[in-house]
Amino acid sequence: MYSKAEKACFFINNWLGVRSKFRILHHYYQRLMKILVCISSVPDTTSKISFSDNGTKLDNNGITWIIGPYDDYALARAVELKEASGNGSITVIHVGGAESEPVIRKALAIGADEAVRVDAHASDGFFVAAQIAAYAKDKNFDLVLMGRESIDYNSGIVHGLVAEHLGMTAISPVMKLEVNGSEAIMDREIEGGMETLSASFPLVLGCQEPIAEWKIPSMRGIMGARTKPLNVIPAVAASSGLSFKNYELPPPRTTCKMVADSQVAELVSLLKTEAKVI
Amino acid sequence: MSVLVFLEISEGSIKKSSIEALVYGHSLQLGDVHAMVAGNPSNLDEAAKFGAVKIHSISDSRFQNMDSVAYSEALSGLATQIGASVIVLAKSAFTDSLTARTSFIWDAAAATNVVSLPDSEFNIKRSIFTGKAFETVALSSERKIISVRKNAVAVTESPASGEVVSFQPSVSSKAFAIKTISTEKTSGEVLLSDAEIVVSGGRGLKGPENWGLISDMAKVLGAATGCSKPVSDLHWRPHHEHVGQTGIKVSPNLYFAIGISGAIQHVAGISSSKVIVAINKDADAPIFKVANYGIVGDAFEIVPKLTQALREAL
Repeated sequence: MYSKAEKACFFINNWLGVRSKFRILHHYYQRLMKILVCISSVPDTTSKISFSDNGTKLDNNGITWIIGPYDDYALARAVELKEASGNGSITVIHVGGAESEPVIRKALAIGADEAVRVDAHASDGFFVAAQIAAYAKDKNFDLVLMGRESIDYNSGIVHGLVAEHLGMTAISPVMKLEVNGSEAIMDREIEGGMETLSASFPLVLGCQEPIAEWKIPSMRGIMGARTKPLNVIPAVAASSGLSFKNYELPPPRTTCKMVADSQVAELVSLLKTEAKVI
Repeated sequence: MSVLVFLEISEGSIKKSSIEALVYGHSLQLGDVHAMVAGNPSNLDEAAKFGAVKIHSISDSRFQNMDSVAYSEALSGLATQIGASVIVLAKSAFTDSLTARTSFIWDAAAATNVVSLPDSEFNIKRSIFTGKAFETVALSSERKIISVRKNAVAVTESPASGEVVSFQPSVSSKAFAIKTISTEKTSGEVLLSDAEIVVSGGRGLKGPENWGLISDMAKVLGAATGCSKPVSDLHWRPHHEHVGQTGIKVSPNLYFAIGISGAIQHVAGISSSKVIVAINKDADAPIFKVANYGIVGDAFEIVPKLTQALREAL
């Protein structure tokens, strides 16, 4: 028979053994969960867009800058994955000037561990993708997440380009992302439906709702974000073969013609003869 | 010199937006228009009707899997083979990835969301800020890729020989790395992003059980059905019907917003519509600020009457 003290020793040994197994698992997750989230800084949807200098500059007056809404979903899912595994790291990368730092700090407050700002004007998707790829190429990220597109230039090409630069697989638009060992299980939106896919890490994903709920930073997160590292790095040279000429606004919409609720036939005839759309 | 147009297939036929891309490719007047298509679409004869001189048809069944790596290797390989200077695609969830990868492999400048033909210096106008503005960019590289926004091109016929030739692309080991586990698709309905008429419902419809009002009207018009963000968030309707800033952006000729107040996030997704009709019981709803025609009243009374009037008029 064993004494109580010996039994206690067995118990502790056993427990330590289980714990070290967990450590190995954790280590595995840590490798798996090294995430890069690419964020854009864009005018809030309610901001009025106008241009100055003969349509060559975006007028910053009255614009509230936010994390790109799709990128915000990507970041939220990254934070959830990190929380679920209890380990791993999230780096955010942004291409832009010092004026974007409040947006980067917000990403840190939401849950990213560190941030990188490539100090350059994000002239187009080709330039941005080249910067992200140059930073990520020797860092062994398991996941590179971003929105399906930025809501300012709406190109939707950055994820595909980053994947080509890095020789990785890209999938977009991803509405659901689960981790299953060395594989990701995803729902991708296709026109008129969706498909469930699996692919091995590393992956570049363009994200969209409902992959996660947007996260509002907590007070603790905001305080903590102030001291998290934000490294500024220079841009690499990249050419897209595109050159910007000018901006313009669409013609204003005409005022709304009201039809009485008892006169639906009149609406039908207006659509037919005046608007000529049916 | 020639132009290569990618034709995307949906439910066994060439998408309307791909036909628009074909018309755009023909209007460029930069040589013969070639088309690449995978599978055997039921309306393949349309490609000839709208200007394709040669249709390169891929029969490799692996291409049923919409893998952007495989497709970009096929597309860039074919473009080089026929000496194309421009590739034209219709912008879609799938072609975003395809455009990116093809521009990288084929070493071409790419402009997406394009709404105009280029001028002689290849300045091209594209839609930005989710339809709130346009920008003009110049494409200076030798090879160019243009991804055209839906409903930006007026479709006109220009019959060509449309010779169908078999194309067997060689793809690398990187292709088909993604496994498809399952697919869920609504069939027999008009594709929302491609539709010429869209009938959308909002929270004003009070519940998913009342969606018959929307689908009945859509059926009469041959329209697609859409919804606002709260409706898809409440799971009254599937996410792929959500029209708005973070959902589907539509650019139909005619858009009906029924029981939709017109939050700015919704308006961002519909601002490229040619004509907007709003039906809402609140006369101060912001939707009337962007609508061309409006009725203030109860959707449950107006919509059935309107559906009947449309049925009689069409």
